[in-house]
Amino acid sequence: MTTLTDPPKEQFRLSMLLYDTRYRSATIQVIAMIGFMLLAAWLISNTAQNLAALGKPIDFGFFSEPASYDINQRLLDYSSRDTHLRAALIGLLNTLVVAVLGCITATVLGVIIGVLRLSNNWIVARLMTIYVEGFRNVPVLLWIVFIMAILIETLPAPSAFRGDNATASMVLGDSVAVTNRGVYVPEPLFSNSLGNIHLFGESSLRFDISLDLMAVLVVLGAGIWVSNFIRKRADRIQEQTGDRPVTWWQRVAVIVLPTGLLLVLLGFHLGYPELKGFNFSGGTHLRNSLIALWLALSLYTAAFIAEIVRAGIMAISKGQTEAASALGLRSNKIMSLVILPQALRVIIPPLISNYLNLTKNSSLAIAVGYMDITGTLGGITMNQTGRELETILLLMLVYLTISLSISAVMNWYNESVKLKER
Amino acid sequence: MSDIGFVRTEMLPEREPPASTVGALGWARANLFSNWFNSILTLASLYAIYAILAAILPWVFSPTWNGASLNNCREILTAAGSVGDHGTSGACWGVIRERWIQLLFGFYPSELYWRPVLAFILLGVALAPVLFSDNVPSKMLIFSALYPFIFPWLLWGGTIWGPIAALAGFVLGWVVYSAVSKTMSSLMGIVLGAVAALVWWLLLSSYFTGALNSILPIGIEVVESRKFGGFMLSITIGVVAIACSLPLGIVLALGRQSDLMIVKYICVGFIEFIRGVPLITLLFVASTLLNIFMPPGTNFDIILRVLIMVTLFAAAYMAEVIRGGLAALPRGQYEGADSLGLNYWQAQRLVIMPQALKISIPGIVSTFIGVFKDTTLVSIIGLLDPLGLSNAIRADANWNGVVWELYGFIALLFFIFCFGMSRYSMYLERKLHTGHR
Repeated sequence: MTTLTDPPKEQFRLSMLLYDTRYRSATIQVIAMIGFMLLAAWLISNTAQNLAALGKPIDFGFFSEPASYDINQRLLDYSSRDTHLRAALIGLLNTLVVAVLGCITATVLGVIIGVLRLSNNWIVARLMTIYVEGFRNVPVLLWIVFIMAILIETLPAPSAFRGDNATASMVLGDSVAVTNRGVYVPEPLFSNSLGNIHLFGESSLRFDISLDLMAVLVVLGAGIWVSNFIRKRADRIQEQTGDRPVTWWQRVAVIVLPTGLLLVLLGFHLGYPELKGFNFSGGTHLRNSLIALWLALSLYTAAFIAEIVRAGIMAISKGQTEAASALGLRSNKIMSLVILPQALRVIIPPLISNYLNLTKNSSLAIAVGYMDITGTLGGITMNQTGRELETILLLMLVYLTISLSISAVMNWYNESVKLKER
Repeated sequence: MSDIGFVRTEMLPEREPPASTVGALGWARANLFSNWFNSILTLASLYAIYAILAAILPWVFSPTWNGASLNNCREILTAAGSVGDHGTSGACWGVIRERWIQLLFGFYPSELYWRPVLAFILLGVALAPVLFSDNVPSKMLIFSALYPFIFPWLLWGGTIWGPIAALAGFVLGWVVYSAVSKTMSSLMGIVLGAVAALVWWLLLSSYFTGALNSILPIGIEVVESRKFGGFMLSITIGVVAIACSLPLGIVLALGRQSDLMIVKYICVGFIEFIRGVPLITLLFVASTLLNIFMPPGTNFDIILRVLIMVTLFAAAYMAEVIRGGLAALPRGQYEGADSLGLNYWQAQRLVIMPQALKISIPGIVSTFIGVFKDTTLVSIIGLLDPLGLSNAIRADANWNGVVWELYGFIALLFFIFCFGMSRYSMYLERKLHTGHR
């Protein structure tokens, strides 16, 4: 009988740190960590020395100083006596406004173009190919300044609307004025307003919540909830008896009637823009910078979204359609129950990364003078206060926060629609 | 059986297909007017094409090639009789004829235009063995390896000993590596080779350059960075960022896929940070902050600073593209390479990377295109790329008010470059497609 002897106990040698796979990874990581920390320490000490030499230690006190510049396109009240913090907040809201508007428009346009590019109509498919290639292969900054130039150069000046022989006229039943100073659209007004809630008093973060708007939203939301309830009840009855009660008029009524009644009670009406003196007054003024940025970002991103939609639809094999029709589904049911859920799984992740790109590209607002966060915090505030380090780091932090929130949503969505595999 | 009444004894002659299914008519019926909705779409598209062409073509074909200023163009157009509602309706191409060379080269000294031209021709030569590996002898790769030293020397000028000293660092590092790895171990070789090269570059090369320059002053005229501009600047930034970001991106992607936790988190942090912020903020860093991060007294060139930031930016995107390629490879490829006894780097070089890079070609090329388009952003921090130059041209009293011609010209050039790159990527995909489908 043979007995197994223990292998000789290995003595730890220094060279094993490199040549033994058990220790090598630890060695590499320790070296990487040391290198990284040395690099960081070097950068920080350089920065500290330079800042000391310049005599401006890191200090965010400038935020409470008056900004003393004006922001013409804004959602909240602001005057040049407000602080830099308020200016940055206005800028952040402007970034979000153009990003949200751009994402919505780009999605609508992109889906239409992507579907039309797959059309069996030869000329339409070619036109859409030209659109996609044209917009994708020219820098977005060029599109932004180009569209800004179109708006300024080709649209009529407000003076063209005046007098008896006006060369320009308002569109959509005299409610919208398209001028080279921007677009004036009607604004919603409430004659029996419930008033506003002022939050944060007189501080830089103050903002008002319109109670009218909140009331309308609450009633609308409740209507939708009740309508869903009716639909579920109809589903239940259909499952039990086989007959589906006709409910569409109930579902429309519970949404429309209370909301309409509330709007009447609040005295809802539109305030139309009117030509007074040399310019329009009343209504909401969307400036050229906002329109140009919005249009350019939407058109540019739509070209990318169109390609994503096309790829998503093409990724679903024809067998899926055939199998669904073999099950006896009608063509609209095939689209909504079989093709779209699968295509969306392919479409959504790159779609959201394009939303992300659009949001980041909105920082090019600075080229047309739209005051987004880059224009306020990273532009005028930086130049006025001379605080490059603080403003740029904060600016990056803001964008990083927006990006990481969008990617968090994307990851959550990806997890929820992922194919559940073995 | 007699109840079969009739059997044909010969074939009927083939009949022509119906006229509505063949030829131009059949094609139009199938592709343009297959149903009422398609017919409406077709008519609407035809009208749109007509409207756009009718608006643009008379403007494009305007006889203003010799216009000396915007007013002069207007006079020419008025004389030719093409006057519209808002004044003149026609392009003023005189600005392109007068300024196209500036749009290409910026304020580069005109007697030295041959240098960027030669640099970009040589760029084509250096890229040929990489891009069209089938038709070009691989010996040309030696020139491709030398090109990174020739390119900056031709553009910026200066003594020839500078690039030679930089090249000597690589040679020195390689000599040390091969000597040490034969006698000791390959790892020591890599470490000592890198140390030797770094010592050479950081400590010795400036003395070497200075000494040789005083003995044998061979050199060409120095051109300062602020004279760079136009498409030359865009292409320079684009090419350097593309060339440097690919290897950096591969390293970052491997780091992100690595099992080493600390390495992985450093790479993830870097990639996500860069991808989370707009390029314009990184360019602000280049223009205002990068000098603050460097040792006191350092003041290096604005184009170099922009190059660094654009390269880092492109590398993060490249890393994500390549990570996609790595993730798409089946696990069996990694295991197969392991079972052949290849170590990590051999497996990456011989098995993983060739396949992963092939999968990621479309993504890599679209990153290239994106980087090239993003070079226009440097106009915001005051560099004179084509967009920046168009503002400078408009500041000239002669051309104050010229908009469409300049933007159209710039857009056309960008379109040609980017569209060409995307077509090349399709060619490459077809060439490398070795699957069986």
